[in-house]
Amino acid sequence: MAMTITEKILARAAGKQSVRSGELVDAAIDVVMCHDVTTPPAISMLIEKGIDRVFDAEKIVVTPDHFQPAKDVKSAELHRRLDEWARRHRIKHYYRLGRAGVCHALLPEQGHIRPGEVIVGGDSHTCTYGAFAAFSTGIGSTDLAAAIATGRLWFKVPASIKIVLKGSLGPGVYSKDVILAVIGRIGTDGALYRAMEFSGPALADMSMEARMTITNMAIEAGAKNGIIGFDDTTENYLNEHLRDNKDYTVYESDEDAEYAAIEEFDCCEIEPMVALPHLPSGGVPVGQCSGRRMDQAYIGSCTNGRIEDLRIAAGIMKGKKVAIRTLIVPATPTIWKQAKDEGLFDVFYDAECVVAAPTCGACLGGFMGVLAAGEKCVSTTNRNFVGRMGHPESEVYLASPATAAASAIEGKLADAREVV
Amino acid sequence: MGKAHVYRRDHINTDEIIPARYLNTDEEEELARHCMEDLDAGFVEKAGEGDVIVAGDDFGCGSSREHAVWAIRGAKVRTVIARSFARIFYRNAINCGFYLIESNEAVERINDGDEVEIDFEAGLIKDKTSGIEISFSPLPDFALEIIGDGGLLEHVKKEMQGN
Repeated sequence: MAMTITEKILARAAGKQSVRSGELVDAAIDVVMCHDVTTPPAISMLIEKGIDRVFDAEKIVVTPDHFQPAKDVKSAELHRRLDEWARRHRIKHYYRLGRAGVCHALLPEQGHIRPGEVIVGGDSHTCTYGAFAAFSTGIGSTDLAAAIATGRLWFKVPASIKIVLKGSLGPGVYSKDVILAVIGRIGTDGALYRAMEFSGPALADMSMEARMTITNMAIEAGAKNGIIGFDDTTENYLNEHLRDNKDYTVYESDEDAEYAAIEEFDCCEIEPMVALPHLPSGGVPVGQCSGRRMDQAYIGSCTNGRIEDLRIAAGIMKGKKVAIRTLIVPATPTIWKQAKDEGLFDVFYDAECVVAAPTCGACLGGFMGVLAAGEKCVSTTNRNFVGRMGHPESEVYLASPATAAASAIEGKLADAREVV
Repeated sequence: MGKAHVYRRDHINTDEIIPARYLNTDEEEELARHCMEDLDAGFVEKAGEGDVIVAGDDFGCGSSREHAVWAIRGAKVRTVIARSFARIFYRNAINCGFYLIESNEAVERINDGDEVEIDFEAGLIKDKTSGIEISFSPLPDFALEIIGDGGLLEHVKKEMQGN
């Protein structure tokens, strides 16, 4: 029976020859990702139910990131609960302050993501790891508790939507623009309950970092998972990053696999995009909204806080000064050091940006750059819902690092291709 | 029986249901005080025990925070009726043993403030204000089994003890 890559991975995890979309399966979990907001409640539930155990202390990866370093007493309590639990169970891959980073940038970088595996995390953007030909999905605290204790979860096998990215990206156009264009067309529930399988020649030219920006936002179209097939770029990244366990299995969709829908995009025609408030599907070409005044620019997050993103921003800011408050948030300590060693911090300092420690922070209105009533922020993050980065009357404009950097310099939404 | 709070809008997201600025706690009572705050700041004042929230498509989209379900449950809301639910929210609700109802008809016909009574076993919503009755399809069997056990963890515990 012909299957998609998502079906093949779930069949393997469920110990079956084949599965079909719609079928319920009980799947073995390979990696569980835990952070500081959704894991402490899961721990409390396990203690309360009398099943305070971990299925495998080597398959759980823990990093505080949302409110880290602790922003107030309450978040410090969350961190303490996470810390006590991780130590008590001798969690092998526990990243404490100093090594902790934004989870979806940290796990691939530290070699925890392997093709063909089933990965769950207590965070909706866990779909990011699908860039490595893995099945990866976000879950809530109760599911997380069950996964931690048993290493298994029930899944309804999703039907897949194939997103074909044809052609190649024009100069000054990035993978963020592609995913904003895709969500702009299909809508925030355009892939509800489904797997979004990305394919096509435009992906071949993209780095793993750029691909992760695409799968990161699959949830913004309602998808259960986003997934990209394995190729030389994947293999090279894994050769560089995998450490202890270097074995993995590569699955690919059969040519005659069934898709619920196929959407084609000509990437040559995609312009730099800005998603207007208050939905990620509000994408328009930057030309249609340029000139709109901003109060803040934010470059960071699990979507666009990787070294490549910081290089792009620095390339545009070099020798210039920003006109509005601008925050640069490297997503992990390794990225932070790379940026420092490459001299990017000097560029940001000279441009009068602030460079922060790795955190999710302001992306979700937590701390380190929240917005006042009426303020507008151009941001490389993934959500622009009402109140997302602060006051319910503030506004978030989602864009690529290039567009955010150009807009920071201009003080208003700007096309990076025109900022010289 | 309770009052209907009708929001004829799609994509009511987790940031509106429980803003992230309150995620530094997981205490249900505390979360309940901010339920729906960024969508309707007066919600907590007017919501009472047994009330229902009625909304359009894709209710609960966004974050995986189960805090959204806890905030609603903590506000003593009995159920949410929507045209459709975002995937993680739906799953979280089932896992918590919190019943959800998908119904196009209810979203079209129930008015804000109507007194409604729900018979989950019969799959019937009775709008006492307008006198209309709306039937709905119950949740799938596996979901009912989890809810019947008192949520996913009780279900898991039962299976662990069974083995």
